[in-house]
Parts: sequence; C-alpha cells; structure tokens
Amino acid sequence: MSSERMALIGTILLAVVATAALLIWVERRMLGLWQDRWGPNRVGFLGLGQVVADMIKIFMKDDWIPPFADRPVFVIAPAIVMVTVLLAFAVVPIAPGVSVAGDWNVGVLFVLGMTSLAVYSVMLGGWASNNKYALLGAMRSTAQSISYEVFMGLALLGVVIQAGSFSLEDIVLAQQDGWFIGPQFLGFVLFLIAGLAETHRLPLDLPEAEHELTAGFHTEYSGMKFGMFFVGEYVAVILVSGLLTTLYFGGWLGPTWGLTLAGWSFMPLVWFVLKTGAFILFFILLRAAIPRPRYDQLMRFGWLVLLPLALLNTAVTGAFVLLRSGA
Amino acid sequence: MSRHLKEHGTPAVPPPPVSPGGLRLIVEGFFTQLLSLWRVFLHLFARRATIEYPEQKPYLPPRYRGRIVLTRDPDGQERCVACNLCAVACPVGCIALQKAETPDGRWYPEWFRINFSRCIYCGMCEEACPTYAIQLTPDYEMAEYDRRNMVYEKEHLLIAGQGKYPGYSFYRVAGLAIAGKPKGAAQHEEPPVDPRSLLP
Repeated sequence: MSSERMALIGTILLAVVATAALLIWVERRMLGLWQDRWGPNRVGFLGLGQVVADMIKIFMKDDWIPPFADRPVFVIAPAIVMVTVLLAFAVVPIAPGVSVAGDWNVGVLFVLGMTSLAVYSVMLGGWASNNKYALLGAMRSTAQSISYEVFMGLALLGVVIQAGSFSLEDIVLAQQDGWFIGPQFLGFVLFLIAGLAETHRLPLDLPEAEHELTAGFHTEYSGMKFGMFFVGEYVAVILVSGLLTTLYFGGWLGPTWGLTLAGWSFMPLVWFVLKTGAFILFFILLRAAIPRPRYDQLMRFGWLVLLPLALLNTAVTGAFVLLRSGA
Repeated sequence: MSRHLKEHGTPAVPPPPVSPGGLRLIVEGFFTQLLSLWRVFLHLFARRATIEYPEQKPYLPPRYRGRIVLTRDPDGQERCVACNLCAVACPVGCIALQKAETPDGRWYPEWFRINFSRCIYCGMCEEACPTYAIQLTPDYEMAEYDRRNMVYEKEHLLIAGQGKYPGYSFYRVAGLAIAGKPKGAAQHEEPPVDPRSLLP
C-alpha cells in the first residue's frame, strides 16, 4: 500500500472521528438554539472549547467494570460499534475515486452488513452488563433491528435497481442527470427512518431511552468505554448522513450537473461535506422535534407499514426500469 | 339538553373525536411531523429565554431572601438587642450570639455569628426579630472556595444603613428606660402612673 493511500486513509479516519467529537458540541448548540436557549457558549470561541473539555473529562473518568459483568464481552462490546461503523465508512465515496477502500462492486451490501453487525455491540454490551435496564435496552435493540433491517435493505433496492449497480461510486455517477431523491422519494423516507433506527437516535432511541431505561444498554458503562458508544453513535450519524447524500442526493455532484469548472477540483469534496452536514443538522432537528414512539408502535409500524411500502417501492421501481428498457 | 339532564341526571358527553386510521393516519401523520419539524426549525430565529448570568443579572425583588444583614437605627446605633429570638426561630440553628449590655442600659450582641453553609434563607429570623435588626437582602453571590469562609461574624453582617425599615428605632418606641430616656419618654407613651397616689 502506497504512502499516499495511507495518508488518505489516515486523513479520512481522523476527519470522521474529529467530526464525531465536534458533533457533541454541534448537537448541544443546535438543540439549545431550537429550544430558545444558547447551548454551551462559554468555553472558548462560540463554546468550541467544550469539545476539548468534554474529551478531557471523559478520558479522566474512572473506567469502572462492574464485578458482576461478563468482563471480556463487556470490554469488547464498545469496540465493535466503533470498528463496524468506521469500516462501513471505507466504501463511502467522498469525491470521485476518493474513498478508503476504493470502489467496491458490493459497496451497498458491505455497508448494510457492517451496520447490521453494529447491533451486536448493543446486544453484547447490554447482555454482558448483567443489569436489568441494560438487558431491556439490548432486547429492544434486537427487536428494533429485526424490524428495520428488512426494510432498510429493501428501501435501498430501488436505488440499486435504478443505478444498476451495488457500487456506491456507480450509484453517484448514475445521478448525473437527476438525483434519486425525485424518483426514489419513498425509498429515501424509508431509508431515513431505518437510518434513524440504525443509529439509535431520537426519536428511535428506544434501546437507550433515558426516561424509561436510565441509559438503556450502556447503563453500566463509564469512562472511555461509554465514550466509544457515544462517539460511535455520532460516527454512525455521519455514516448515515453520508449514505443518504451518496444514495439520494448525488454524493459529490454539485448542482452544476455535468459541468466541470477548471481549477475547482476540490468542489466535489465541498459538495459532499455540505450535503452530509445538512443531513447531520437534520438529524439533530429530528431529535429536537419528534417524540419517541412506544416500542411496540415502532415494530408494528415497521412490519405493517414500512415493509409493505418498501416492497411496493421495489416492485414499482423494477417495473418502471423494465418498461423503460423495453423488455 | 335540559330535558336530557332531567331524564338521566348527567350531562350528555359528546363522543370523543375519532382518530383517523389506515392510510389517512399515515399521510396525516407524515405531514404533521413535517409541520412540527418546520415549527421547531423556526425557533432558530426566536428570542432566547436565557439570561446570560454573570454579564446580565436577573431582576430580584426587594424582598428577595438572600444574604442576611444586621441593620442600624436612624442614629447609627445597632438595632439588635440580643434577644436571641432569631436563634430560637432558626430551623437549622445557624445563628449564634452572646448578649452584652452597655453602661446606659442597652442590650447588644457581643458577638453575632451566622453559618451560611447551613442557612436555608427561610427568613424566619427576620420574622422573629422584634427590632427589625436582622434582614434578608437580594444578594446571593456568596460562593466561597473554603467552607470556613461561609461563617459570617458580626463585622461581616453589620451594615451602615437601615435596610427595609427606614426611620425605625426600637429604643424610641419602646417603654424601656435607658440612660437619657426615662419611663414615659418614648413615642406615644403615656407618662407613668403612680398607683399609690389618690390624685386624679
């Protein structure tokens, strides 16, 4: 592996983790603004020092492992969420030809697989904690994941059918004459809901619903192990935002479809970052605005409404593509 | 309606609105959620409810129960007569004092101590005080790094002014005789009666 490639991988990794850390501040600031407060604005310029302060705090905290916990599993669980979510990032194209793992022809499947594996982190963490709340959180997470994983994959099928490829780069290039948000609007909404459930973000943060389960699956976690769940959640938010951008909003493609400006080679990166950032802010807005559904309501909604809609979307998209190709 | 009341004794309750079901629920739910997203988003431009404290102080009413002070009467004398009622009234027992007496017959506290790390700012001492000496003020910025600094002595408590009751002086209205003010010399006080005298 060339040193240039290593540098690129290192840069992307660092940028993602740094953005995730920054999101701690962004989220608190934005939630504050949407609740008619200011949010943390004291430490440093605009309160940006809050990120550093939070990091120092979480690193200094006592990293306690409960004596009743299943020690090896307890330690491994937070690492799994970080590893799987960061691995899923490997195939997300940030600019033409720029991604960690290059252009894979199974990109979408790889991302789906990795995000599904991330559920094990929650399950194992909740089980190994040997705590009632943690177990309830883990159980909810499992129930939630079997409800949304199905239509998450099916929602993406529409995009895959239209682009004719599982490669994320091909999917972006297929959107040069129009983003998929138009023809795949239903798929977009379904994937957005599934992405929310995937990242355990409000309104679908049932596994950690702090009003019901103290902190859900990470009740017993402290110090940097909790920090890994925390940052892992933010990395997952970035991942889902990046995926929504890539799959439905033309990835690195700017509004000047097909038109390339000489000397503006960095524009694809700017577009990608802007769109992803907008989605991250939208995720925070969702958290500020929408209340959490009950756990059985979510499963019912997933199986009885979203799954049929995803199937319908797949069938209709397939029919259209077949009609257009003249088969 | 009234006939209905007569027949059944209870007013007719209108049936609860039927919540939509099926497809209508999904479509309506989707748009109402979008609407609430938009409304929350608009709060980005709303006025902040925050009072940015150290720079911007909140308004405190004059009768706010904050730091306790000992006031003086219009002549500049201490109002406190060391009666110990405040110490008795204090539910947490944070007030302690020692009575002393001046040569002219006035009582005063030799020392007066309030432990503000125990004080709950209930204002019972102020209500108990017969001479308006002890008063609570609208000041709450009393944080200390050392707990021992929370114990206020008399010189920390005593202020130069009269506080909330200007013009009041206990010895001018009380019937107690002190040097320079005999019995019957107080405001609105009748001259002393000699019970053994037969004169009208």
